[in-house]
Parts: sequence; structure tokens; C-alpha cells
Amino acid sequence: MFKILQKTAKTGIVTVNYPAEPANVSKHFRGRPNFDFEKWKDARAAADACPTGAISLCDKADSRSVTVDYGLCVFCGLCAETSSDQGVRITQEFELATPDRRSLVLTAEYELNNDGTHRTLRGVNHHASDSQTDEVIGKKLRAVIHKVLGRSLSIREVDAGSCNGCELEIVALNNPIYDLERFGIQFVASPRHADMLLVTGPVTRNMELALLKTYWAMAEPKVVVAVGACGISGGIFGENYASLGGVDKVLPVDVYIPGCPPRPQALLHGILLAVGRLRERLTTGHGAGSS
Amino acid sequence: MTRSISSLVGALRQEFGRQVESVRADREDEVYVLLNDSDIRPMTAHLRDESGARLVTVFAEDRRTPDGVFFNYYVFEQKGSAGYLILQAPVRADSPEFPSLSAGLPSVNWQEREIQDWFGLKAVGHPNPRRVALHDNWPDVYPLRKDFPINTILPPFEGERHIYRPALGEGVFQVPVGPVHAGTIEPGHFNFAVAGEPILYLQLRMFYTHKGAEKLFEKLPIHKAVFLAESISGDSSFSHGTAFCQAIERAAGIEVPLRALVMRTILLELERICNHVADIGAIATDVGFVIANAHASRLKEMLVILSEQMTGNRLLRGMTCIGGVRRGWDAAQLGSLRSTMDSFVREFQDLVSLIESSESTRDRLEQTGILRPEKAKDLGIVGVGGRASGMELDVRRDHPYAAYSRYPFRVPVYQAGDVWHRMQVRIDEVNESIGIIRKAMAEVLQGEFRAPVPAIPADRCALSAVEGWRGEIIHWIRTGPGNRLERCKIKDPSLNNWPALVEAVQGNIIADFPVINKSFNLSYSGTDR
Repeated sequence: MFKILQKTAKTGIVTVNYPAEPANVSKHFRGRPNFDFEKWKDARAAADACPTGAISLCDKADSRSVTVDYGLCVFCGLCAETSSDQGVRITQEFELATPDRRSLVLTAEYELNNDGTHRTLRGVNHHASDSQTDEVIGKKLRAVIHKVLGRSLSIREVDAGSCNGCELEIVALNNPIYDLERFGIQFVASPRHADMLLVTGPVTRNMELALLKTYWAMAEPKVVVAVGACGISGGIFGENYASLGGVDKVLPVDVYIPGCPPRPQALLHGILLAVGRLRERLTTGHGAGSS
Repeated sequence: MTRSISSLVGALRQEFGRQVESVRADREDEVYVLLNDSDIRPMTAHLRDESGARLVTVFAEDRRTPDGVFFNYYVFEQKGSAGYLILQAPVRADSPEFPSLSAGLPSVNWQEREIQDWFGLKAVGHPNPRRVALHDNWPDVYPLRKDFPINTILPPFEGERHIYRPALGEGVFQVPVGPVHAGTIEPGHFNFAVAGEPILYLQLRMFYTHKGAEKLFEKLPIHKAVFLAESISGDSSFSHGTAFCQAIERAAGIEVPLRALVMRTILLELERICNHVADIGAIATDVGFVIANAHASRLKEMLVILSEQMTGNRLLRGMTCIGGVRRGWDAAQLGSLRSTMDSFVREFQDLVSLIESSESTRDRLEQTGILRPEKAKDLGIVGVGGRASGMELDVRRDHPYAAYSRYPFRVPVYQAGDVWHRMQVRIDEVNESIGIIRKAMAEVLQGEFRAPVPAIPADRCALSAVEGWRGEIIHWIRTGPGNRLERCKIKDPSLNNWPALVEAVQGNIIADFPVINKSFNLSYSGTDR
């Protein structure tokens, strides 16, 4: 017993103060690829290299539209590696969660050259994300959880077919470094105790029913969060005879958290964002998800 | 390693000359013996009984076009011989059945049934030929046949998913658990038959996370398929990714530079330590020693942060590639590796001493969930679970890959087969891995880290094996035209290790199931693919 206490005293407090303070992220970490559409003269190599089709091209007679979908991105960095111009740069940004699936998609329209490269950028179509993202951090949220949910948010996690990568990061939220319970957030065993359904995917044919039953068992109001490239879009597995694709193929999704897998801080950011949605639902008395 | 695996071929030719059609060895450590009929039972018995060979895995391939038949492949290894012997047995398209080996070799029980389910080839004489890799409510489809399009939309499922065998008797109950479990873990269904507290019999229903991965390998360009390999089992991303890259490198004759081999070795061992230390903590949690887990998960996070520094991804993804690795390491990264290993070593010793000095923890783990060595041998248990039950196997030593032949290490083997010893194997292996990493770090990490990759030639086969932290991972590929694969077989160690859990829980109380399960910590996604 003395040994245990001694070790605890020696270790001290190891918990990080995210999101009140910015996350300490390695400069080697591959976060959101940033696309400078003005500088990006040739997207073909990146589209060809992208393992999940997150970058896709559609050529017409004299124009090309380039679509980038962060909901499919596995953050491999091949787009930056294969683009010789300065058009694609890997950043360390990871706070990409959003309630709006469309806001993860960018489309750029170009004029096409004869040699297959493109020139003049005609415009970039970007569904601006909810400004909530920035608002929902730190103390403010803790206050919301305390006030609205009586000091606690309960999450039921369901693996609807993932590779287990997202689960590892979700479990890491409970380690002493990220310590999710400091926000009054806890994972629960029964969906009947849960306010939030945190789902990793792709949703397989074999897990569809179990996922639905878990959702049905939850009391209103409830929110659904789709985790990772697979949970958002099916990721590298996509849709096939055994995989239905993203969680929103089966359930109404309130928040999407990109990543492969999303790092614990990214998960935390998305969970806190979803709490905002839960608050809306409580005050307006109806839920987009209550179908 | 003195002998070559091809020495087995001579004996086979002598005994079964009429059955051997041809022998092919593209590489001396991978020998294919093409047979002219599908009855491999006498040869298997001979290899096992006379030569002491072990059947590593069994899988099928649809070669109706161009060869007019299906093939079953039986991969053998022999202690003391480097390389693998692969019997290739044709299965007629007009009579799609093959003789089952499962009655005498329970280790291929699930694998033969997977062939039945995915290829529609009947395992004749199988003692339990029910579906395993597709659920009972699926229609009669054979997804890995070439004439089954991957994007087939199957109708809504009807009927029972699985009929569990009833357990009858006074006071006998059946306890269904899953597929959604209490904790944040993968889905699968456990059906316990209990008489009071003790478990009489456990039935498993897996393949809930089946997502068509092997079929998908046939569709993706090879360089994209590396990322699919990394997603076979998230906690083994680097091992599966590297196993896949090795297979392509072997098929295309790509010589991987030494620097990349050393870097792969370091990352493979980093993955092993990460998972082992997490499992040690989780085992402690499951018997109520939560503070040990707090330290273990802190140590794991320390290594995950290191993983990110070394590869840009917390699961070591996006680093291994065909031809080597994608990036070299600079002095700062090597400095982080050195300093993290130094502090990890001290902390890990503290953690082990906390656990080992806790009498109540020891009391709960010793004699719990015993897998006897003879059962482990029958069931063909590999990896950590096997080594705790007398199975002296380790791909790193028996079939060296990456740079393992440069760094001698000890393979811990115990006979007791209980939870305590499965944890002990992990503790020993962490210490060995630290040694390997330190020796590898001392190498001069300069020069090329990635070989140029030529166009991958079509119709080449290659087998690749990696000792993942769970155990033996096998990837087998046949290349096709246009930078695509004709077939990719993935065997995660979990696939043949699940039956060990069924064996180990018998007679234990149901409250000990979580810790017994955790002591094997098998991958659902790796099993189901």
C-alpha cells in the first residue's frame, strides 16, 4: 500500500488542460491537409494517390471541378507528398468536428488546359461551418453540462464495424492524461442511461440491427456522434455487400468527427460540440434525431 | 536455421509421387507443391507425424478463370527450417467440395468453414459444418467467388442470426452477452451456459464486423491497399501494413534498404510494447487493481505520443510503404525515441513491481483461465496465448523478416497457461522488445529508406508473415494486371485463437470471464475482416 501511494505522489498530476489550453501536438502529426486552390496547378496526382477518394476530379470539356471531402480523409499525407506545387500542405489542425456533413466538403472549379493541368480558379464552394465550433470550449461547456445535464453527460459507445482504431482513442479519453470525467462526462454500459450515442463504423450489415436497437433504447433527448472516416462515410471500406457505409446511412447524425482515428482531443472537441446540440434540443423541446 | 524447407519436398515426392503434379519455388523459403487432387489428408498426416510440420493456415482461391478450378492452399512450417511449404490442391468447379481436416486438426475448424461460407466449397466430413464467417440470416451467396460483384446489395436479412446449442439440465442457464458489450470494445456475441457461477460451455458468434476486406483488396490499386491493410485491426496497424508491404515486395522482387528494415523493426516493437503495456493494465483493472491501470495507460500514452513523433500518426499509420518506409528520422526524433525508452524502462519496472507485489492480484490471476499445453497444440494457438501454454513459436525468430536476424532475443515460453502467465509473457516480451529497440537504435540510421518500386508484375504469388503483438499474422497475395491484386488472404492470429478462449473459460466463474478474455485480447475486426 505504501508503495502504491509513494508511486502516486511521485507521479503527480499528469492531466492536460485541453481545451482551456491548446493541445501539445507533435510537429510531425498529420492533421488537416490545407488546400491552396490558387497555387494548386495539378490535382491529378493527389487524386490518384488518395486511398479513399477524398480527393476526386470531374472533368468537363474545358473545366475541372476538384472535390475534397474531409469526411473521407484518412490523413495519410499522400496528397501533399505527390503535389509538386505548394498547393497542398499538411497542418496540425485536428478540431474538425462539425454538425454539418456538407461543411466537410470543398469544391473548386478550374479552367482546364490541354495538357491536363488546370489554370484560372473560377471559384471555391465551401459550406461554411457552424460558428458554434469556436464558441463551445472550456469552462463555458463545463457550465453547460453542469446546468443542463445535472453535472453529467453519459455516453454509450457502439462499434458498428470499426477496425478498433477509434476505440483505442476513445478508451484513451479515460486515461489520466485526458481524463474525460473532469468534465462530468462518463461512458455507460446501458443505452438507457445514455444521452449520447458515440458510433464508430463503417456500419456493417451484421451490426445494423444492434446499432438501431441501441439507439431505440435511449431516452430523448439524445444525440448521435459519428466518429472517424469510416463512421462519417464508410472510409476506406466504403459501401459494399457487407458494409452500409457511414453512420448516417442508418441513424440521424448530429456531429461528425473526422480522423483516422481522431486523436483524443479531437474526440473531446466533437463531444463538447454535440453537447451544444443537446442543449438546443432540450430548450426547443424537439430533436432532429427523434425520428 | 540450417535446413531449407525444400528438404520436405523430397520425402513428399517419394511417398506421394503420383499425387504431386509439380513443384515451384520462386524463392527458396516459399515452396509450392501443386497436387492433382484435393485429398490432402495422407500428406497432411505425413507432414505432421513424420516431419513434425505445423499447419499454419488454410485458404482458398477462385481460379475457375483461367485454370478451371478452385485451389485450396495448405501452408506448413517445420521447426528448424526457414520458410514455408505450401500444398496447392485443386477443387473441381463442377464438384465444389474438399475433404475436411478439422476432425483431426481442430486448428483449421473455422478456416475450413470460412472457405465454405466465402467460396461455396463444401468441407466434407467437417464435424461442425455450420456457418461461421457469414451469419445464418444471410442468403446463399459466396462473396469471394469472382462472379460475385463487391457492390452487390443483399436483400434485408430474415430469420435467426445463429442458433445456439441448447444447454439443458437442472439449474443450467444460458447467459447471452453482446454483440454490444458493457465497455468500449468490439462487437461479438458470447453465449454462456452456466450452472450457478461456473461456466459449463461458451459459444461464440463472431463476424459482426465483417466488412468485405478480402474482397476489397481485389478492387483497390496496390498502393491504396496498404491503407486497407492498416485498417484490418487498428491496434496492429503497423504489423498488418508491414505484412502486406512485405508480400508485395517479395512478389515484385523489391530489395528493401537496411535502414528501412531497421526502422520497421523499431516500429513493430514499439507497437508490441504499446499494446502489451495496455493489456497488462487492463488485466489489472479486471481484477479491481485500478491504480495499476492508471499507470499502465499513462505509460501507453507516453508511447503513443512517441509513435506520433516517429510516424505522424498515433497508431503508426501512414509510415510503412511498399519498398520501405515513407520518411526517415532526424536527430530530434531519434532523441525522443531514446529518452522516451529510457523513462519508459524505469516506469515499466515500477508498474511490474506494483503488480507483482500485490498478493490479491496474483491470487486472482494464478490458476485462472487455464489453457493446457496439449489443448493449445490441438487448437494451434499462436502468439501470446500460445507461448503461455507451451507453444514455442515466434515468427521473428523462426522466419526472420525486417532486421530481426541482427538482434538476438529470448522467446518467453511457459507451461502453466493461466492468466498470470499470459501476463508474464507480455512482461517478458516488453523487456525483450526494449532490448531490440535499443540495439536497433544504435545502428547508423543513414542512407536510403525506400527502394524504388517498379511496375508490379502480374500473376506472382507471395506469402508474408509477421509476428504481430498478438501473434502470427499471415498475408498471401496473388498479383494481377494493372497494379491490382487477384487475391489477398489475411490471417490474423485471432482467427485461430478464439477457440482457446472457449477452452480456457470452462469451469471458471462467469465473473472471471472479462479478465480471461482480456488476457487473450483477440481482435474482432482482425477475425471478421
